[in-house]
Amino acid sequence: MAPVVEVRDVYKSFKAVDAVKGVSLAIEKGQSTALLGPNGAGKTTLVEMIEGIQKPDKGEIRILGKKWQANQDALHRAIGLCLQETRFIDKLTVWETIRLFASFYDLEKSRVSEILEITGLERKRKSYTVNLSGGQRQRLALGLSLINRPQILLLDEPTTGLDPNARREIWSILLDLKEHSQTSLVLTTHYMEEAEQLCDTIMIMDQGRVLDEGSLEALLEDNAAEKVIAFSLELGRGSPEKSDLEGILEGSPFPVQWNHQTNRGSIVLAHFETQLPEFFRFLEQNKLHLKNMECRRKTLDDLFTSMTGRRLNE
Amino acid sequence: MNRWFKPAQMLHLVVAHFKEVRRQPAVLFWGIIFPMLISLGLGLAFTQQAEVERQVAVVTDSPVREIRAHEAPDKQPRRIGNLLKSHASRLAPSDEGYPRYQLTLKDERMGHTRFVFVETSWPQAMKLIKRGSISLILEKANGGLQYHFDPMNSEAQLTYLKLSKMLSGGEVPDETISSQVAPLTVEGSRYIDFLVPGLISMGIMMSCMWGISYGMIEKRSKKMLRRMVATPMRKSHFLMALMVVRIVMNLIEALLLFLFAVLVFDISIQGSLPALFIIFIAGNIAFGGIAVLTASHTANTEVGNGLINAVVLPMSVLSGIFFSYQNFPDWSLPVIEKLPLTLLADGFRSIFIEGAGFAETAGASIILSGIGVFFFSAGLRVFKWH
Repeated sequence: MAPVVEVRDVYKSFKAVDAVKGVSLAIEKGQSTALLGPNGAGKTTLVEMIEGIQKPDKGEIRILGKKWQANQDALHRAIGLCLQETRFIDKLTVWETIRLFASFYDLEKSRVSEILEITGLERKRKSYTVNLSGGQRQRLALGLSLINRPQILLLDEPTTGLDPNARREIWSILLDLKEHSQTSLVLTTHYMEEAEQLCDTIMIMDQGRVLDEGSLEALLEDNAAEKVIAFSLELGRGSPEKSDLEGILEGSPFPVQWNHQTNRGSIVLAHFETQLPEFFRFLEQNKLHLKNMECRRKTLDDLFTSMTGRRLNE
Repeated sequence: MNRWFKPAQMLHLVVAHFKEVRRQPAVLFWGIIFPMLISLGLGLAFTQQAEVERQVAVVTDSPVREIRAHEAPDKQPRRIGNLLKSHASRLAPSDEGYPRYQLTLKDERMGHTRFVFVETSWPQAMKLIKRGSISLILEKANGGLQYHFDPMNSEAQLTYLKLSKMLSGGEVPDETISSQVAPLTVEGSRYIDFLVPGLISMGIMMSCMWGISYGMIEKRSKKMLRRMVATPMRKSHFLMALMVVRIVMNLIEALLLFLFAVLVFDISIQGSLPALFIIFIAGNIAFGGIAVLTASHTANTEVGNGLINAVVLPMSVLSGIFFSYQNFPDWSLPVIEKLPLTLLADGFRSIFIEGAGFAETAGASIILSGIGVFFFSAGLRVFKWH
């Protein structure tokens, strides 16, 4: 069966920025895909092209086998869209807002009640949207994107700016949806937990390109046994100067990711039982003293850092 | 599915926009009460024929005593003294301590004129004329009377004419009987009759420009437009719904302003009501269309402010809302007459006060609708939804 979303070697640039530089992806029915990357990775531009409001400079996009051109109405009916920090018409109530959107899809009132139930906003039905909390407003945004029972749900940073509780409420609505429908999900986020929780496939994006893709297991699999050793150093009192530190760390037997601002670094070890003592010897020889150290599982953030030298949330 | 017009969708959009407008209490004040206050203020200021005060400085070499003592050889300067003595009443001295007199020239039909004379010195008189507190200086010089005033100042000219007539007669007439003068009190010739149609047309422009443009810019900056356009919503329906709500609001506002003016100033409509309704709708279409194009791109409310002002301000000034544009230079009139606001205001006035009907206003109605349709389609074409 043809993929529901097919993006083939797509490029898009704005005045000064090349936002998307040759991205391809295919999303099957019922599959959920996360586009994970920091701000400016090109995720939103990619979603806007899938959504049909931006045209690619080069390459091709097909939704349900159709191009946007000449299929606007049909594709709008097949897609649901939820944006980051959506705001609505201030002085319209929750119920009225959902009713208005229902009318765009020729839907009846009964669907409005269903959406209120799905989003848990029944008690807020008579509140003006301007008086909703950030979390409630985002649940309303998600509800509106589900109103037409979309085959494809596009979520552009749906939980950015929300507190952890509100974020979990959004997640639970989406997990419920995944369980009970065949909706394909495209989610952009810079929270790795969100990608891990909600999506089967994760595409790591940076500077307009896809760096790696696969399931969470597959992405971390190659390095299953690897552990991350994160540490900070005691500086001053006979230890080397800050300015010399970089040069010294370059001599480490394992590549060190060092952050100058936080004075923290990390190394990735495949066999830490034998490699860790080796690292300690290196520190001792260079008169470096550990201030703090922890050993943990490798995460998507570490993967991203090992590929770009930066962190996801920077 | 693919019908061009979707009544249910349109209805819900109209209802939503209408609720949005109705739930802002400030709308009531700015849309309804404020225009009434303007008409009340300006109407009262320009329709009450109050007593006109004309300030005159009297300058003599050795001032007051000489005049009063009838010593001056010339007849006229003595007359000032006589007049001031016999007819004028003394007022409290001016702030600088110069003696002041007042004298009222009665005229029931044209309005009374009250002269206030300040006896003062040349330098002081020059100061007063520069400040604008007097417009004419009366000087006793070379045994005669001289009037000093700016010939470009029509107020000063009028003061001169009235004063010289009175002084050459040597007597203050009890009442000016001007049998040749028949004041015009025909219906529709007062300032308020001129003002109200202008205020209604300006209200339409302001309400369309601010209401429609601002509403759209705000929704764009909130990403509401982007969200809405990702649905099968008809874009044209969204914009038309905004215009429909505006037309209804404008109709209510115009009716209330008109009723107010009927009650307070007893104005009336002398021409055709259906023609008035048609040009009213045409005006709304024109400014609705212009508003759509004005707000078609920016998501920044400050830029929006500037754009709207750039449209609204020149027309408010040029289109003769408060005062006739006939006083602008001749070369500019052909341009001014073609501005949408001028077309609308002139059309309203011709129906309100000249008794015009379809024949006289059809042209303006067609042009206004044409302007609206043109700007609306251009706006829809370049409209940025995100």
